[in-house]
Amino acid sequence: MPTGGTGTTMALMEMRSALEGADAWREADTAMAGESDDIVAATAARICADLADPQAINAARDDRWKAPLWRALTDAGLTLAWVPEKLGGAGASLADGFSILGIAGRFALPVPLAETLLAGWLLARADIAAPGGAMTVAPVRPRDRVTLNSDGTMSGHVSGVPFAKDVEHFAVMTGEDVPTIALVRTADCRIGDGETLAGDSANSVIFERTKALHRARAPAGFDASALMLMGATVRATQIAGALETILALSVRYANERVAFERPIGKFQAVQQNLARLAGETAAALAAAGSAADTIARSDADDARMLEAAAAKIRTGEAAAEGASIAHQVHGAIGFTKEHVLHRFTLRMLGWRDDFGTESYWAARLGGMIASRGSDQFWPLLASR
Amino acid sequence: MSTNLSFDQIRLPRECETLRQDVRAFIAEEIAAGTFVPDRPGHGDSHDRAFSRRVGAKGWIGMTWPKKYGGRERNFLERYVVTEEFRVANAPVRSHFVADRQSGPILLKYAPEHIKQDILPRICRGELCFVIGMSEPGSGSDLFAAKAKAVRADGGWKITGSKIWTSNAHIADYMIGLFRTSPPTKENRRHGLTQYLVDMKSPGIAVNPIYQMTGQHDFNEVVFDDVFVPDDHVLGEIDGAWKQATSELAYERSGPERFLETFYVLSELVRALGPDPNLRGAEGLGRLVAQLHTLRRMSVSVAGMLQAGKEPVVESSIVKDLGTIWEQKLPERVRELSAFIEDEVGNRVALDEQLAFALKTAPKLTIQGGTTEILRGIIARGLGLR
Repeated sequence: MPTGGTGTTMALMEMRSALEGADAWREADTAMAGESDDIVAATAARICADLADPQAINAARDDRWKAPLWRALTDAGLTLAWVPEKLGGAGASLADGFSILGIAGRFALPVPLAETLLAGWLLARADIAAPGGAMTVAPVRPRDRVTLNSDGTMSGHVSGVPFAKDVEHFAVMTGEDVPTIALVRTADCRIGDGETLAGDSANSVIFERTKALHRARAPAGFDASALMLMGATVRATQIAGALETILALSVRYANERVAFERPIGKFQAVQQNLARLAGETAAALAAAGSAADTIARSDADDARMLEAAAAKIRTGEAAAEGASIAHQVHGAIGFTKEHVLHRFTLRMLGWRDDFGTESYWAARLGGMIASRGSDQFWPLLASR
Repeated sequence: MSTNLSFDQIRLPRECETLRQDVRAFIAEEIAAGTFVPDRPGHGDSHDRAFSRRVGAKGWIGMTWPKKYGGRERNFLERYVVTEEFRVANAPVRSHFVADRQSGPILLKYAPEHIKQDILPRICRGELCFVIGMSEPGSGSDLFAAKAKAVRADGGWKITGSKIWTSNAHIADYMIGLFRTSPPTKENRRHGLTQYLVDMKSPGIAVNPIYQMTGQHDFNEVVFDDVFVPDDHVLGEIDGAWKQATSELAYERSGPERFLETFYVLSELVRALGPDPNLRGAEGLGRLVAQLHTLRRMSVSVAGMLQAGKEPVVESSIVKDLGTIWEQKLPERVRELSAFIEDEVGNRVALDEQLAFALKTAPKLTIQGGTTEILRGIIARGLGLR
């Protein structure tokens, strides 16, 4: 029998208007919690609705909302969901972790939840216990390297590390010949400037004979590429979540905004654009969901490569197409700081750059397909 | 209005793998015997009655239907595997495919028992070819503007009018057609159409060929001049056929045939690029593979949801919208990516020949079985915009 997975629901997102207060978001998530079997996702959604309402944080004058949000996420065990209990985490399944990431995407959460999850997962590969507090991962660009010196220290220059300025620890993938995972204090590295399209910090980080707090060899078969595949699937999941909200916001707006004496959603030209946005959202959900499912089932190498690369490529394409349609539908109001749309579109566009761009993965995936040869092409696709 | 875009993570169950190997072995035997040439689409006939009968003998036509009607009671995912393997191989399935995909399921649902017992087992044996009669010279996408009439007669109905773009009509045994039995009402312009099973050998039917810009002949105009159809050939509710249309279309829209029609050019591109392609070739190929993989995962998911008794109407329309646009653009993308392939020892002769055919075929892909514009209207309605 087919494995009946959890379909992603966007029904309730529609109830959320960008212009409504936190109550509408909370109402929606309470209802979602009721209909979902997925308690972990429902918990994440409730916390986000209560403490990370996009409208409220968009209007906030400072970052004071971040501390209570992070505390609630931590207390619920969500930040270390992928860390086994014996290493200090919640020991949730891979599938549950991806559900959390879908919610993080739907709220375009501007705190390092995804990064901490991924860092905890990486450390756990080498049985390194997760410290408390927020973490991030290095490197996030496929060609960046952190070299493991013979004395056990690390050197290297990596760029675009998300939230590097804001977290206490890095989980570092190092060692070319002997893949090694290390836990490093942020304070022991030189952190440069930099930010994402959405204005979140994303910094260059310089390791100069930096000492690790803990260091251990990665398990057999695990290397920098495996981290990139996992990171790509994480970002794909977040992008798909953001698109769900973007679609809901756009449909809602088209039904409310009146021009030429009717809601703009009654015009066929607008309907056709929104149908395309739904198509891109659907493709992103399907691609990201399939890759997450593949990783959770720990399928074979070629399958993981196909699925994770395809997810990052296709969600990246959907992000570009989806953002432009959503902004077109919203018109000038969607281009304002006051409207929440940019919180979703800009973060989603920025996520495309982490853990390999569409172009990077496309070249790798195309190279793999070519080297396997034409006769093996269809059988690989059909095996998924 | 709530929208629920949902793609369950469906993986093909293990029994599908055995079936897939059986289908591949069968296809290999047919190719070896010279039945068809897989990498030369557009050459030879896409229908082959003898081939269809051999497929039927394998139990691969009507395979999801009840055993008492000749079916095998297998599931939709198993049918999915058979469909995609035949499609990818360019197997000549034309004379049984429409009956297998949609005419049989309509009969199962709406035909009287004795008709089912008579016709369904013959479909399963690969003996019958069906044609769909929906469009007319004055009505295409606007299905409910159909004018061809059925009026009461002694013991049945008399049909007059014409149907157009009827693929297979020149080889078909039966048509399932939509005919006007009452005028539309003010409240419901979709009212007044009835579905009939029409024996194509009935007196009064003329089939006029319409040649396509590819040089092939699939479509026809079918003219009905006072054609008698017996009462027991009415399918479903009189004047209420519009209610029957939606579920039929979910099956028609989301199958692998909706994104694999030009697959051969991609497969041939992989061959022509060779094992170590340049960066442009690799990157372009990778994107196409990612897009195709995603479409297939969506399509498999819809098949699994149908199997589970769900009605993913919006999702299946999305699969066809994205799928047909993708398969339509594919020859153009392959043409661009193949521009820098070194032309040595004839390594691109096959590709160029296939591209020529695919480029000619491409325009129809977003028209047949529901145009892009109609599909997007359905999606928009599902989103709560209409």
